[in-house]
Amino acid sequence: MKILVTLKRVVDYNVRVRVKSDGSGVETDGVKMSINPFDEIALEEALRIKERGEAEEVIVASIGGDEVQQQLRTGLAMGADRAIQVSADGDVQPLTAARTFLKLVEKEEPGIVFLGKQAIDDDANQTGQMLAALWDRPQATFASKVELADGKATVAREVDSGLETIEVDLPAVLTSDLRLNEPRFVKLPEIMKAKRKPLETLSLEDLGVERAGGIEAVSYEPPPQRGGGKVVESVDELVSELKSKGLL
Amino acid sequence: MRSLDPLDLYEIDDLLSDEERMIRDAVARFVDEKALPLIPKCFDEARFPAELIPEIADLGLLGSSLEGYGCAGLNATSYGLICQELERGDSGLRSFVSVQSSLCMYPIHAFGSEEQKERWLPEMAAGRVIGCFGLTEPHGGSDPSNMKTRARKDGDDWILNGAKMWITNGNIADIAIVWAQTDDGVQGFIVEKDFDGYEAREIHAKMSLRASITSELYFDNVRVPDANRLPNVKGLKGPLSCLNQARYGITWGPIGAATACLKEALDYCGERELFGRPVSATQSAQVKLADMARRITSAKLLSWRLGRLKDEGKLHPSQVSLAKWNNVRMALDIARECRDLLGGSGITLEYSAIRHALNLESVITYEGTETVHQLVIGRELTGHNAF
Ligand SMILES: Cc1cc2nc3c(=O)[nH]c(=O)nc-3n(C[C@H](O)[C@H](O)[C@H](O)COP(=O)(O)OP(=O)(O)OC[C@H]3O[C@@H](n4cnc5c(N)ncnc54)[C@H](O)[C@@H]3O)c2cc1C
Repeated sequence: MKILVTLKRVVDYNVRVRVKSDGSGVETDGVKMSINPFDEIALEEALRIKERGEAEEVIVASIGGDEVQQQLRTGLAMGADRAIQVSADGDVQPLTAARTFLKLVEKEEPGIVFLGKQAIDDDANQTGQMLAALWDRPQATFASKVELADGKATVAREVDSGLETIEVDLPAVLTSDLRLNEPRFVKLPEIMKAKRKPLETLSLEDLGVERAGGIEAVSYEPPPQRGGGKVVESVDELVSELKSKGLL
Repeated sequence: MRSLDPLDLYEIDDLLSDEERMIRDAVARFVDEKALPLIPKCFDEARFPAELIPEIADLGLLGSSLEGYGCAGLNATSYGLICQELERGDSGLRSFVSVQSSLCMYPIHAFGSEEQKERWLPEMAAGRVIGCFGLTEPHGGSDPSNMKTRARKDGDDWILNGAKMWITNGNIADIAIVWAQTDDGVQGFIVEKDFDGYEAREIHAKMSLRASITSELYFDNVRVPDANRLPNVKGLKGPLSCLNQARYGITWGPIGAATACLKEALDYCGERELFGRPVSATQSAQVKLADMARRITSAKLLSWRLGRLKDEGKLHPSQVSLAKWNNVRMALDIARECRDLLGGSGITLEYSAIRHALNLESVITYEGTETVHQLVIGRELTGHNAF
């Protein structure tokens, strides 16, 4: 079985995100970029499945300009076997991404497509679900535990009320939640080996993907600054403050 | 206009290859997630975090620039970036890796017999055998030609007598690379910790490099088999070539320490409001911060250039001296100034400035004091030896 893992290049989670002065987007010049953390968790899970002998090959894929090769190489250094870059410029909306991954699914025929539940840049949380619909296969999203047996995946999902366990037939789409695992550290010799692993480049046109245009970003603005706190002298004062704000 | 990364105004990042950046980021993650949560407490308790050794080894940080024998075979810039990130955490952590890699594994790799390499290097790369490097003696480290430790031939063995001082890793070391005078000039010996007459004593009450072990080594008629002598070098060029490797890495380390201090000061001065405005909106704070960025930028360019020269096989020891002097001085001054910008908070271990400042007092002394490196450059310029 093959596992296809998608890796999105996003602003590193440690970076304090800044909105461009003209409000046209978020500053990415000179900003540290990384693999979307949920995608890294998805890759870690795929690698563990392979290391348990339940998959033969882990393929990582990313959509974007040549800069996404950095994230693909990191994926290869973590242990993926090969990488596919689908080159595309500009904003790639969830539906475009899902259509692209569908083409890769048709080409590679994986048993599992593993995505992050969402990307920490636009927080859309749509691509996995859309891919499952387009592919017409089951989906198990927000996975916090995955077990495979007899052509099925048993997945514990993080839902509002706690954990829900479902069983899906493979092939299927899985998306990872935060508590699924802790991704491994990349070892330096593996970084050198990753240089020699295959990285194939395709384009949206090669794959015949029609770009979706449903969402238009109108403007970006930073969240409002948090006002300063206030120190109260007594419990009575606290209660009256809360009452005056209509919180009690 | 695009805005620049405050910690990389000259976009020196672009001078690195993708692999070099990945290596840096991998070490950075280890430092942030595994080392920094432990370091302040270790510094406080004067304890080396030996529990990190297996992970350091597993990442491939020990002997990373050597070829074969379980080592990663990275280029010089990658080794430099490893030192930079480790020292962003703590100079003690970087010292541990410098000593193991450049001062212990390197001489075995460069001057050892095939049996010595096969016996020691894979175990050292795996962190199962720890080394220390004994060159400095109690009566004066800057003048190693006045070495008093002696090895005398006795049948097939050597008898070692003398003492070494300020030896990093001494009390956790399984082997010591000890340099001693012989009738044939200075030679290197691999002294194993259970050899009779060998003793390591830890030096306590240090106010610097507290998260690192420093020891005195004593040799009282220690019998060392000839198989433990490094066969392929004689004379001071043996230890000095090790120092050249380590010093190259040390030019990178303080960049990490200084960057950590600048980042902390930028954050602190940006958030602390005095007289109705952030400290970072005052001219005097800005002049200080700008000057730090200038000095870090030029230090980075020196080390980057050194790395490329080293990979081209053209590195000259005087070039290393210039960068060791410049970069350690730059970091020490920056750490002290950042300590000041943090006010009272700056004297605690909750912030890193004072820890880095104290650590760098050792870094400016070891591997050749600042004065020694200045005299090396003076000799290079004038042709006069003023030592
Ligand atoms: C924490 C720590 C760890 C260390 N780890 C190791 C290790 O692992 N292995 C090892 O072998 N050594 C190690 N050292 C020793 C270090 O390399 C020496 O301390 C250093 O070389 C200086 O030697 P010294 O301390 O004897 O000072 P000295 O050589 O006595 O110098 C005293 C002063 O005289 C100055 N001076 C020297 N020569 C001249 C001159 N010609 N003209 C003018 N001024 C001069 C020096 O700059 C200095 O200011 C370590 C030191 C420290 C502090």
